[in-house]
Amino acid sequence: MADLSIDFAGIRSPNPFWLASAPPANSGEQVMRAFDAGWGGAVWKTLGDPIVNVSSRFGAVDYAGQKVMGFNNIELITDRGLEVNLREIREVKKRYPKHAVIASLMTETKEDWKVLIRRCEDAGVDGLELNFGCPHGMCERGMGSSVGQEPKLLQEITAWTKEFAKTPVLVKLTPNIGDILDPGIAAVKGGADGLSLINTIKSIIGVDLDRMVPEPRVGNASTNGGYCGPAVKPIAMHMVASLARDPEVTIPISGIGGISNWRDAAEFIALGSTSVQVCTAVMHYGFRIVEDMIDGLSNYLDEHGMTSVRQLVGRAIPGFREWGDLDLGYQIVAKIDANKCIGCQLCVAACQDGAHQCIFTGPNDQQRPPHAHYPGTAKAPRPQILGTQAGDRVPWVDEPECVGCNLCALVCPVPGCITMVETSNETGDTWNRRVQEGRDKVPGGIHE
Amino acid sequence: MKSVLPQQRDELELKDKKPLYSAAEAKAEADRCLYCQDAPCIKACPTEIDIPTFIKKIATDNVRGSAKTIFEQNLLGYSCARVCPVEVLCVGACVYNAWHREPIQIGRLQRYATEKATQPGKPPLFTSAPPSGKKVALIGAGPASLACAGYLALQGHAAVIFEKRPYAGGLNTTGIAPYKLHAEDSLHEVEWVQSLGVEVKTGMELGKDIFGKDLLRDYDAVYLGVGLGEDTKLRIPGEEGDGIYGATAWIEAMKLTPTAGRKLGRVLVVGGGNTAIDVARECALLGATEVTMVYRRDAASMSGYHHEMEGARKEGVRLVTRATPVAFERDAQGKLTGLKVAVDGTEQVLPCDMVALAIGQSKMHAIAAEFPGVELDARGCIVADPTNGATGNAKVFSGGDCINGGKEVVNAVADGRNTARYLEQSWK
Ligand SMILES: Cc1cc2nc3c(=O)[nH]c(=O)nc-3n(C[C@H](O)[C@H](O)[C@H](O)COP(=O)(O)OP(=O)(O)OC[C@H]3O[C@@H](n4cnc5c(N)ncnc54)[C@H](O)[C@@H]3O)c2cc1C
Ligand SMILES: Cc1cc2nc3c(=O)[nH]c(=O)nc-3n(C[C@H](O)[C@H](O)[C@H](O)COP(=O)(O)O)c2cc1C
Ligand code: SF4
Ligand code: SF4
Ligand code: SF4
Repeated sequence: MADLSIDFAGIRSPNPFWLASAPPANSGEQVMRAFDAGWGGAVWKTLGDPIVNVSSRFGAVDYAGQKVMGFNNIELITDRGLEVNLREIREVKKRYPKHAVIASLMTETKEDWKVLIRRCEDAGVDGLELNFGCPHGMCERGMGSSVGQEPKLLQEITAWTKEFAKTPVLVKLTPNIGDILDPGIAAVKGGADGLSLINTIKSIIGVDLDRMVPEPRVGNASTNGGYCGPAVKPIAMHMVASLARDPEVTIPISGIGGISNWRDAAEFIALGSTSVQVCTAVMHYGFRIVEDMIDGLSNYLDEHGMTSVRQLVGRAIPGFREWGDLDLGYQIVAKIDANKCIGCQLCVAACQDGAHQCIFTGPNDQQRPPHAHYPGTAKAPRPQILGTQAGDRVPWVDEPECVGCNLCALVCPVPGCITMVETSNETGDTWNRRVQEGRDKVPGGIHE
Repeated sequence: MKSVLPQQRDELELKDKKPLYSAAEAKAEADRCLYCQDAPCIKACPTEIDIPTFIKKIATDNVRGSAKTIFEQNLLGYSCARVCPVEVLCVGACVYNAWHREPIQIGRLQRYATEKATQPGKPPLFTSAPPSGKKVALIGAGPASLACAGYLALQGHAAVIFEKRPYAGGLNTTGIAPYKLHAEDSLHEVEWVQSLGVEVKTGMELGKDIFGKDLLRDYDAVYLGVGLGEDTKLRIPGEEGDGIYGATAWIEAMKLTPTAGRKLGRVLVVGGGNTAIDVARECALLGATEVTMVYRRDAASMSGYHHEMEGARKEGVRLVTRATPVAFERDAQGKLTGLKVAVDGTEQVLPCDMVALAIGQSKMHAIAAEFPGVELDARGCIVADPTNGATGNAKVFSGGDCINGGKEVVNAVADGRNTARYLEQSWK
C-alpha cells in the first residue's frame, strides 16, 4: 500500500488531508474527533481578538436536486477566547503528537503578531497559517483579504512573522485578485515556508425575493460573503496550478477549494498541492468523508504504480501548456453509440443551437448551414442507424463538419453513449510556431 | 357548487391512488426530467402540452408559469393530470423507459402545478380579452365543452354552456373512478373555468328545455359536447328487475348520491373495457365479497388497459373469459341469484347479488335531429372534422365522445380547444 504520509515544509502529517481553518476546526473536541476519523491535520479556526458573529451566516446554492453545490458564509474568525483555544490546542497536541496542528492567525500590528505567534507556538502548534483571505468583515478592519490584495503589504507582514516564528509559516491567499501570482510571489519573497489557497471568493449567494433581502439574511439586510464548496473547485485548481508552475514558487502548496472526495484531492495534488484542506464537504457530510479520501487515494496510487503521495505531486503540470503551444492539427469527432442512445436528442439541441449544427435526426440528408466549412448536404448514414432502445430517434453526426468541441458528449445523460474519437494525431503545428514562421494570418481578417 | 353534493357519498371511501406531491417531492421529480429536445412525451400527449418546459418550471419554483404552460395547451390540465392513462400516453413515451429507468411522473407533476396555481385566493392566471360581441352556445358541460368555452371566453367571446344534469363536469363529475378524481374536485375545476368568464346553466336539456332552432338564431355558433348516452342493455331474459345496473349509472349513483348503506355482496361485471375494469375495481375497493368480470372473448382481446387490469387483479378482481351471458336467474321473490353464461359450448351459472353491465353506451340520435345538416355515421357518432369540429351545418361544431365514440378526457379537451382556435381564427 502506498505511503500517504507527507512532509509539508517540515510539518509532518500521516496523510495529506487537513481540515481547513473553519467551523469544523473550531474546537479541540472537534479536531480530536476528526483525527480519530482519519484526518491527518487541522488548521485551527483563525485565532485573533475574538469577534461577535451575526445570525444567520450561511447560504447555499442547490443545483438539479443536489444540495450545496456552492456555499457561502459571512462568518468571521473565532469568537472564542484565545486562552481557551490555546488550552485545547495544547491538549490535542499532547494526545495526537503525530498529527499536524496548525494555527491560523489574523491580527493587525507588528506587536500583536509577535504576541500571537509566541503564544501559539508555546501551545505546541506545528506551524502557522496567516489568514490573508477572509473577504468580509475583517477586510474592512484592514485585515484578511485587504492584506491579501496588496502584495507589498502582504510581503511586509509575512516578513514580520518570519522574524518571530520558530515553526513554518504558511500564507493563505485570497482568490479575490487579478493574478494570483502577485500575492503568491510576494509571499515567497516575504519568506513564507508554504502557500495555502484558496480562501473564499467574494459573493452574493442569493436573494430572498419575497423580502427583497440578499441571503443569508440578518434581520432586514445582508452583505457579501465568501463562496466555497464544489462550485469553486475549478477556480481554485487554476490558481494552485498557476503558482505550482511558476519557477519562483519553490515552496509547497496546500490546495483548498471544493474538495469533496479522493478524486478532487488527487487532482489538486496532481496540479502541485502537497496537502489539501477541506471545509464545505465536512460541513455538509461530517468528518466521516475522510475514510473514502484515504481509501480512494491509496487505491489510486497503488493502481497507478505510485508508492507515495509525493510521486503524484505536480504530475499533471507538464501537461499544462499555454494556449499558443497547443496542437492546431489534432482532431476528434463525436461518435454516437446507437445501442446506448435513449433518444433524448439533447445533443441535437446543444449542437444546433450551441455548437456547429452537425448533429441531425431522421433518415434524410440535411442542408448544411451557410457558414459550414463544407457547403452542400450532410449525408445521412445508409441504412439509417437504429438504436436498440431509441429506435429511429438516434441522431447522426455529420462527421466532416464536427469540430470536436465535446458539447454533445458533455450534455448526453447516458455514460459512454457519445465518445470523442481521434481522427488525426498531434501534428506539432501550434499558434506560436505559425507566428514564428509568419503563417499566423488566417484569411478573412481586418486588413483584407 | 360544492355544498350541493351530499356530504356522505360512497366515492369518498375511495382515497386518491396518486396523492398530491409535496413541494419537495415535486421538485425532486422535476429535477430528473432531461428536458429532451423534440420530446417524445409531447407527441404522446393528445393536447401536445410542452411537457419539458412545464416540468423545468416546477424545478425552478415557477409553479404559476408551469401551470400556464399546461393550460395554454390543455385548459383542463388539472383533471387530465389525474385521469389520463399516462402509462400509455406521455409517461409511456418518456425516454427513461428506453433506459429501463422509472419514467418521469408527468401526470403527478402536472397535477402539482395546476392544483397549486388554481387554489382559491391565488391571483388569476389569465386575463380575458375585451368582449368581441360573438356568442357561442355549448351543449353538455363535459370536458369538450368546458375546454372550448374556456378558450373562447379568454378570447372575449361569450360562451354559454347548457347542461341537462344538475352538476357540470360531464363524466369527470359523474363517471371517473373516485381514486383518480372525486366529484368535488371536478366541480372545483368547473368553477375555475367559470372564473374565466364562462356561463354554465344546469338543468337545461337540449330537445326539452332548449331547442336547436332557437340556438341557431341567437348564437354565432353552437358546440355539441354531449358525450354518449345511456348504458346499453344485454336484452336477455331476466334483465328487468332489481340488482342489475348500467355501469355508468351505477358509478354516477356511487359518486353523487348519499351513501345508501348498502352491502355489496357478490358482484358480476359484464364487459372487458375500461368502464368494466373501473366498476369492478370500485366494487372491490368498496368491500364487495367477490367481484368477477365476465368477458365474452379471451383476455388479450379486452379493450381495457393492461395497467388498469393489473390494478384490478391486485385488488382481488377475478376474470372469467369466453363467457357469453345467456339469461339472468332470479328466486321466487324476484331477487337476482345468478347469471347463466355459455362457456365453450357448455352452460354454467355464476351466482351473484348484483350485476353491472359495462357493454357500451348508446349514441344520441335525438341531438343530431335538432340541427339540419348534422349527420351521424354508422356507429351513431356525429360526423365532424376532427381538426376543427366542423359538422355538416356551418354554424354547428362538435367534439369529444360524441364524435369519437368514447375515448379519453384529454381527447375531448383537444377537440374543444381546436374548435375554439378555429372559431377565433375565422372571426379575426
Ligand atoms: C366509467 C367511465 C370512466 C372513465 N374513466 C376515464 C379515465 O379514467 N380517464 C379518461 O381520460 N377518460 C375516462 N373516461 C372517458 C371520459 O370520461 C370521456 O372521454 C370524456 O368525459 C368525454 O368528454 P365529453 O365532454 O365528450 O363528454 P361527457 O363527459 O360525457 O359530457 C357530456 C355532457 O353532456 C351532457 N348532455 C348530454 N346530452 C345533453 C342534452 N341533450 N342537453 C344538455 N346536456 C346534455 C351530459 O349530461 C354530460 O354532462 C371514462 C368514461 C367512463 C364512462
Ligand atoms: C463558515 C466558514 C468559515 C470560515 N472561516 C475561515 C477562517 O476563520 N479562516 C480561514 O482562513 N478560512 C475560513 N474559511 C475558508 C475555508 O477555510 C476554505 O478556505 C474555503 O471554505 C474553501 O474550501 P472548501 O471549498 O473546502 O470549503 C471559512 C469558510 C467557511 C465556509
Ligand atoms: S444526448 Fe446521448 S442519449 Fe441523448 S439523443 Fe444524443 S446520443 Fe442519444
Ligand atoms: S394531458 Fe394527460 S397525456 Fe397530456 S401530458 Fe398531461 S397527463 Fe400526459
Ligand atoms: S421524455 Fe421524459 S425526460 Fe424527456 S422531456 Fe419528456 S418527461 Fe422529460
